[in-house]
Amino acid sequence: MKKLLLLGDEAIAQGALDAGLSGAYGYPGTPSTEIVEYIQRNPEAIERDVHRTWSANEKTSLEEALGMSYAGKRVIVTMKHVGLNVAADPYMNSALTGANGGVIVAVADDPSMHSSQNEQDSRFYAKFALMPALEPSNQQEAYEMPFLAYKISEKYNLPVMMRVTTRLAHSRAGVKRREVLAENKKHLPENPNQFMLLPAFARKKYKHLLSIQKDLVKESENSPFNKYFDSTDKSLGIIACGLGFNYLMENYEDSKCSHPVLKIGQYPIPKKQIEKMTSECDEILVLEEGMPLVEEMLKGFLGNRKIKGRLDGTLLGYGELNPQIVRQALKLPKIPSQAIPEVVAGRPPALCVGCPHIDTYKALNSAIEKYGQGHVFSDIGCYTLGFLPPYHAINTCVDMGASISMAVGAADAGLFPAIATIGDSTFGHSGMTPLLDAVLSGSNVVIIIMDNDITAMTGMQESQVRGRIEQICEGIGVEKEHIRVFVPLSKNHEENVKIIEEEINFNGVSVIIPRRPCIHVFAKRKKKN
Amino acid sequence: MKKDIILAGVGGQGILSIATIIGYTAIESGLSLKQAEVHGMSQRGGDVQSHLRISDKEIYSDLIPHGGADMIISVEPMEALRYKPYLSENGWLITNTKPFVNIPNYPDLEKLMEEVKAIQNHVAIDADGIAKDLNASRSMNMVVLGAASSFLDLSYEKLEQGIKFIFGKKGEKVVEANLMAMQAGRDFAERYH
Repeated sequence: MKKLLLLGDEAIAQGALDAGLSGAYGYPGTPSTEIVEYIQRNPEAIERDVHRTWSANEKTSLEEALGMSYAGKRVIVTMKHVGLNVAADPYMNSALTGANGGVIVAVADDPSMHSSQNEQDSRFYAKFALMPALEPSNQQEAYEMPFLAYKISEKYNLPVMMRVTTRLAHSRAGVKRREVLAENKKHLPENPNQFMLLPAFARKKYKHLLSIQKDLVKESENSPFNKYFDSTDKSLGIIACGLGFNYLMENYEDSKCSHPVLKIGQYPIPKKQIEKMTSECDEILVLEEGMPLVEEMLKGFLGNRKIKGRLDGTLLGYGELNPQIVRQALKLPKIPSQAIPEVVAGRPPALCVGCPHIDTYKALNSAIEKYGQGHVFSDIGCYTLGFLPPYHAINTCVDMGASISMAVGAADAGLFPAIATIGDSTFGHSGMTPLLDAVLSGSNVVIIIMDNDITAMTGMQESQVRGRIEQICEGIGVEKEHIRVFVPLSKNHEENVKIIEEEINFNGVSVIIPRRPCIHVFAKRKKKN
Repeated sequence: MKKDIILAGVGGQGILSIATIIGYTAIESGLSLKQAEVHGMSQRGGDVQSHLRISDKEIYSDLIPHGGADMIISVEPMEALRYKPYLSENGWLITNTKPFVNIPNYPDLEKLMEEVKAIQNHVAIDADGIAKDLNASRSMNMVVLGAASSFLDLSYEKLEQGIKFIFGKKGEKVVEANLMAMQAGRDFAERYH
């Protein structure tokens, strides 16, 4: 069969589909978005009617996935690393409820923070939850792993994490498909109380989870994704997790590394192979894409000096790995290379020409100029770029929905005006509950929901609150006359400034909805008509 | 056979189409391929790059090491220079000369071109101008691909097939314009030195 040219994300999606997937759930987030997007446009998935619509946020998507698993079907739920924080409650508890139909929790981490607020490493969550995790080093493994993930998940009745990082998620290579497995038939769990976590049941479940850990280690020791390549020079042994393996091999001609190498792609870490390496080698270099999980485990609190990696400075303590960083850690001669010429200037991302957020921020800046800096709490999306010059329109960006809650807290402390700017999709994700707080406590806040009709930053996914923002705000209890809509265009500037000023002067909860489609959506629709 | 190529430009300038056509050609030629792309925030008018690796052996890293690139293909002159650390000692730099100015501190173009010309193995091509003369201004990226085509060690006929495959859905006219643009870029590069 001809190879498919797939991104790492797409390979996971194709693998899950071929391993009998019945439903994909998730919320868009770079670098995870392309998993669900692939399933949404895949003809076989459409023909099989695999569930494939976006959820409101990561928490609801993970719970929906658990529901599908309860009904016996195989499911995948996808999110970016910080999305797992949002889904952490059901994620941690899903290790206790376990799975009925196989569950893959696919999380894409973003070391070096290309499009993220932090670079947390999701493998820590898997360890925390006592859940097995798979970490591919290439696109073919990304395709193969869902087959094993569902096998383990259904053998132990336990969800399995699949962790990728940006460079694999967004890198394409040829992938060879396997025979397609049938979907599960609908069937309830054998034990009808399996998903019941009343304390008395949860205690039993936790003991069970602890008791199978040794079996999960055995699975890892026998995993095709954990490989030991022995070699002669035992002054150094190398443990390479995920992409770390690629950057290692890149530095040796014809894959001939003179040191023993343990390639890790399945967690919990394989004890037998690690014992062999630590007993035979003088020093151990640990290469991990992300935070030092394996390194810290091996090094221990007392600091075993044999273990080299991010903690002792052999590798940088932050950021993603690459071939030259690994080369330096291996003490191989540097490949000659030249510097970036001084004349080259930085080119940060910016709001697009014609973006509706530009006109909203211009109006907002005019309306609040007299109050000075420090009044605008913002959120996660394209509009976060309003922080940059020439706008300087916002002051904060913390996590999804925090604009509204922080404005409420600041208003409680007496800050006036306290203004939030949040996108339509982010409002649907995590903005409704803080808006309820604002209404319940009668906060003096202005919430600007910038409705561009799409989830723009992650590449144009449909917004879950499309066409119902006013209804939602009214239903939550915002007074109808303080839900104002305007069209962010320069010709409306004066009028829009006036609306913002009026709502600042209202002592209570105001919602302003600047509404104009993202310029890219507008262009696409115009082309179609 | 091994070719490590950095593709450079600004979000929206069409470097991924170049990558897709070279990728298609490599796969059709039975070679291995890895192609790392930039998605997400940087696509909003920021600098974007793609690491494209082609080989007849197994490719490990999705990223090209510093000092390892056989070519930089850029649709914008300043972006070409941003990836100079990747260029190998005898590597080629093929770049469009038309600046994409969306920042207030865009450097002096002459100084940029001096830096481009300081690299011995270079082709500097006014791809926007050539595309415009052909009445195919949207095919600027294919002019740049054409200028790079003779350094790729890939069959030119297969690159043409790649264009037909990628743009086929958009109709015969679009395919023709892109084929013409690539040929014009190729002709320019052959006369360049």
